[in-house]
Amino acid sequence: MKLNNLTIKKAMQGLKDRQYSSVELVTACLDQIRMRNQNLNAFITVCEDKALEQAKQADVLIKDGQDLPLLGIPIAAKDIFSTKGVKTTAASKVLDSYIPPYDATVISKLKNAGAVIVGKTNLDAWAHGSSGENSDFGAVKNPWNEEYVPGGSSSGSAVSVTSGMALAATGTDTGGSIRLPASFTNIVGLKPTYGRVSRYGIIAMASSLDCVGHFTKTVEDSALFLNVTAGKDSFDATTPPEIVPDYLKSLPNGINGLRIGVPKEYIEGIEPEIFNNFKSSLKILGKLGAEIINISLPNTEYGIAVYYIIQPAEVSSNLARFDGIRYGNDRASFGNEAKRRIMLGTFTLSVGYYDAYYKKAMKVRTLIIQDFENAYKKVDAIVSPVSPTVVWKIGEKVNDPLKMYLSDVLTVNCNLAGIPGLSVPSGFIQGLPVGIQFLGPKFSEELLFRIGHTFEQETRFFEKTPYEL
Amino acid sequence: MKKRLMNYKVIIGLEVHVELKTQSKMFCGCLTDYFGQKPNSHTCPVCLGLPGALPVPNQQAIEWCVQIGLALNCQIPLFAKFDRKNYFYPDLSKGYQISQYDEPFCLGGHIQIKGKKFGITRVHMEEDTGKLTHEGGSSLIDFNRSGVPLVEIVTEPDFDNAKDVKAYLQKLQQIVRYLGVSDADMEKGQMRLEPNISITLNSNSKILPKYKVEVKNINSFGFVEKAIDFEIKRQLEILEKGDTPKQETRGWDEEKNGTVSQRVKEEANDYRYFPEPDIPPIRWTAKQIEILKSQIPELPDEKLTRFEKEFSLSMYDAEILVKDDQQANYFEQAVKDASGKVTPKQIANYIINKKISIDEILPAKLIEDILTANKTEEININELRAIVQKVLQDNPKVTAEFKNGKENVIQFAIGQVMYIIKKKIDVNIVRKLILEELK
Amino acid sequence: MYSMKIDVLHIAKLASLPLKDDQIQKYEEQLLEILEYIEKLKKVNTDKVHETSQVTNLENVTREDSTAPSLSPDQALTNTKSQQNGSFKVKAILEQ
Repeated sequence: MKLNNLTIKKAMQGLKDRQYSSVELVTACLDQIRMRNQNLNAFITVCEDKALEQAKQADVLIKDGQDLPLLGIPIAAKDIFSTKGVKTTAASKVLDSYIPPYDATVISKLKNAGAVIVGKTNLDAWAHGSSGENSDFGAVKNPWNEEYVPGGSSSGSAVSVTSGMALAATGTDTGGSIRLPASFTNIVGLKPTYGRVSRYGIIAMASSLDCVGHFTKTVEDSALFLNVTAGKDSFDATTPPEIVPDYLKSLPNGINGLRIGVPKEYIEGIEPEIFNNFKSSLKILGKLGAEIINISLPNTEYGIAVYYIIQPAEVSSNLARFDGIRYGNDRASFGNEAKRRIMLGTFTLSVGYYDAYYKKAMKVRTLIIQDFENAYKKVDAIVSPVSPTVVWKIGEKVNDPLKMYLSDVLTVNCNLAGIPGLSVPSGFIQGLPVGIQFLGPKFSEELLFRIGHTFEQETRFFEKTPYEL
Repeated sequence: MKKRLMNYKVIIGLEVHVELKTQSKMFCGCLTDYFGQKPNSHTCPVCLGLPGALPVPNQQAIEWCVQIGLALNCQIPLFAKFDRKNYFYPDLSKGYQISQYDEPFCLGGHIQIKGKKFGITRVHMEEDTGKLTHEGGSSLIDFNRSGVPLVEIVTEPDFDNAKDVKAYLQKLQQIVRYLGVSDADMEKGQMRLEPNISITLNSNSKILPKYKVEVKNINSFGFVEKAIDFEIKRQLEILEKGDTPKQETRGWDEEKNGTVSQRVKEEANDYRYFPEPDIPPIRWTAKQIEILKSQIPELPDEKLTRFEKEFSLSMYDAEILVKDDQQANYFEQAVKDASGKVTPKQIANYIINKKISIDEILPAKLIEDILTANKTEEININELRAIVQKVLQDNPKVTAEFKNGKENVIQFAIGQVMYIIKKKIDVNIVRKLILEELK
Repeated sequence: MYSMKIDVLHIAKLASLPLKDDQIQKYEEQLLEILEYIEKLKKVNTDKVHETSQVTNLENVTREDSTAPSLSPDQALTNTKSQQNGSFKVKAILEQ
C-alpha cells in the first residue's frame, strides 16, 4: 500500500517502528497532490517546502522517542483556518493575498501535536455552499467520478483525504459542510458538539452555528484527531469547560443494547435509492445489537427556514469587517453567493423585519432543540441519511440557490441544536459514495465514535479508494 | 415675519461616554494606554478585526460599569447581555461595535445637582473605535484606541440650560474619579459629551418635539456652554421663522465658534442590533451586586454633607475640599494628626487659602507648620504694659479718636506695639492691655 | 401570490455592497424566492417559546484585566494596500 493511503493509526505505528520516515510519508502525499490536484483542484495553497521542513523536524523528534499524538502525520487545513505566515483566502477573491499574522488555536494544537500541514484546501467561498462549486478559485471535483461534486463547503478537505493527498483534514460544519462532503467521498466526517473545539482563528461564517471538525478515513482516526483539537480555549468564550475524555477508549465496546432512533421526518421525501441504502444500514445496526426505534422530530421541516434566517444574518455581520482597509480587497470582490447571503441577512435584521424573521427564527430554533431533547429521553442516539439525494453532477444545482440550500435539509437541525454528528460511509450507489450520520446529545462524541467504529468495521467501506492502492 | 416665542421650553438629553482606565482593552489583552503612542502599536487580531478573531469580555470593566450605575442610583438587572451594533465606518474594525441594546447592565437611576434631580435612563458597556485623523486628501486610521472599554451614560431629557449641563458633567467627572474607574479628562477624550437638543413651543406639553439635534465634538469643558447656547439660539431662530429645525447630527467647530452640519448619509442608520453570539450573557446574584456596592467609596455628596457636619465647615469650604478625593482624604488625615491641637476650620483655611501642594507636604508636617505659625512667644507683662503706654503717649490721636467712638483705631495701636516688639506674641493680650490703658 | 417587496438597492447600500445594475433584478428574484420559502415559519406557534441565541447555555465567561503582547506595528500593517506613517490610509472622510 502506498504510504499516503495509510490511516493515521497505521502511519503512527509505522513511523514509530521506523518502517519509514515522516519525510517519506509527507513526500508520498505531496507526490499525490502533484499528480492529481491539477484535476481535482482540492488545494489552493500547497506548502511543499514548509511541509518537508516540518517533516524533517518530526523525524528528529521521532528518533528522540517523542510521543506526540500526530507526530509526522501529513494533514490539510480548510482555507478558512488562519495559518501564520501562510496565505489564507476563504476561497474568495476578497482575501486572495491575505497572510494571517497568527495561527488559529486548532492549528497551534495540531502543530504542537507534531502534525505536518501539507497545504490549504479549497472550499465554497466563505463556507457558503453544499457542493464545492462556489469557490473563486474554481470548483473542486469528486475523485470517485470527476463529473460529480464532492459536496461542500469543506470540499477540498474531503477530497484531499479520500484521494490520499493527506491523512486527515480540518473542516467546518455550519449546516452540514463536513458531513455532506464526507458522505459523498466515502470518508468519515465529524461535526463535534458546538464549542467542543475552539473557533478562534477560523474565519467566521455563522457564529452560533459554526463547528470545527475534521475528515479522516476511519472512525478511530477521527477519535485520535479530536483528542488533539478538543478543549476549552481562553480565546473563545463559547467553549464550555467540559473535560476532554480519551475518545479512543470506548471504541471497541460494541453497540449491544443501544437504542438508536430513526426520525420519521428524515426519511420522508428522500430518493428511493437513498432510502434503500439506509434500510440496509439499519439492518446491519440491528445485527450488531442495536435496537432501532422509530421516533419523531416534529419541527424538522422548519430547519432550513430557521437556518436560512439565522445563518445569513450572522454572516452579514461577520463579513462586515472585510472593507479592504486593513487587509484584503474591497467588497466588490465578493462572489454572488456571498452577496446573496449578506443581503438576505441584512434584510432579515433590518428595521421592521427583525421580529418577523430573526426573532421568530430564534424561537423556532428553541422548538427544534426541544425535539432533540425529548428524543434523547427515548433513545441514546439518532441515525439518518446525510443527503436526501444521491450526489449530483457539477453544474446541476448551481443556478438554483434555493434548490442548493435544500440539500442541507437532513443536516441543518443538528447545527441549530448544537449537537454532534458523525458521518460514516454506508456504501455506493452506481459507483458514487453515500453515507449515514449518527447524531447524539451534546458531548456524546464518545458514543458516536463507538457506533461509527462498530458499523465501519463491519461494513469495511473504508477499504475502497478512488484510485488504486 | 418673525414670531416672538413666548412659551418655549428647551429640552436636552445627554449621552456621555467615559473611558475606563483598565489595564487591558474590553475584549482583548492589548494595553489601553494609547495616548501619544506610535500608531497601531497596541493591536491584536481581536481589536484589529482580523478574520477569525473572537472577543472575551474584561471582568474588571464590567464591574466598574455596574459601580458607575450604582453611584448613579440605578437598578442593576440580574441578567444582561452584549449585542452587535452594525454599521460601516473606517475606524470600526469589525464593521460592528459590540455594545448593549435591550438588556444593559444598569437602568433607571438619577443624579442630584444643587437640589435639582436629573433622571439617568441607562448605563451600559461598549468598546471604543479606532482614531481617525485627516491629512490632506486622506484619512489616517490608528487602531490603538479600538477596543478600549467605554461606559455610556444616558440621561432623561431633563436638562433645559447649558449651566446645568456643565454642572452635571463636572459632577459625573468627580464621581468616576472618586470611584477610581476613569480619569475622565475631556481634553484627552476620556470623557465625551453628546447632547441631544430640541425645543418645544409649548412648555406645558409633555409631548417631545418631533426632531432633535445631536451635537458632537465638544472636547473640552470650555466648549460645553458655548456649544449648547449656540445651538439653542440657532434652533430658536429657525422656530421663530415658523420652520422646524432639521433632525441631524452637528459638530462643534472651534474655529467657526458654532455648530456645523455634518455631511452624514441622509438615511438614519439602521443598526440591525442582534444578540452577540460570541459572548455568553452575564447573570449576577443579588449578593454579587451587594459586594460591588459595598466596594464603592464614600461619594462626593455624602462626603460633603459629612464634612459640613463633622468638621463644622461651611458648604463653600467643604465643597472645595471635597472636589478632589485625594485632597479630601488629605484633609481628614490632617485633622486626625492634629488631635485637636488645630481646629478643622483652621486646617481647611490653610489648605484652601495657602494653596499648599498636598503632594509635597505630609499632613502631619502641615499640622506642625500650622502650630508653629500660630505659636506666640512669651513676653513680660510689665514690659508690654510699658510699651503700650509709650505708644499711647506718642500717639495722642489714638486716645482722642477712641474716646470719640472710633473703636477700630485700636488696630493701629496694636500694629504700633507689634512693630516695636518685633516678636510674635499673642495679639489678644496686647489688645487687652491697650483697652485697659485707654480706660 | 407572494406579495413581499424587497428594496435591493437599499439593502445593498446598508450592507456596503456595490452592485452592478444588471444584477439587481436577478438578486431580487432569488431573494424573494428564498423569502417565500421562509414564510412557512409563520405557521409555527411560538406563543410561549423563548428565543435561543446561543446553544451552549454558558454564562459569565470573562477574562481578568491582564495585558498580553500586541502585534508589532509591522505585523498589524502587513496586509494593507494603503498606509502612511504607520497608519492605515483611506480617501478623506468628508465629515468628522
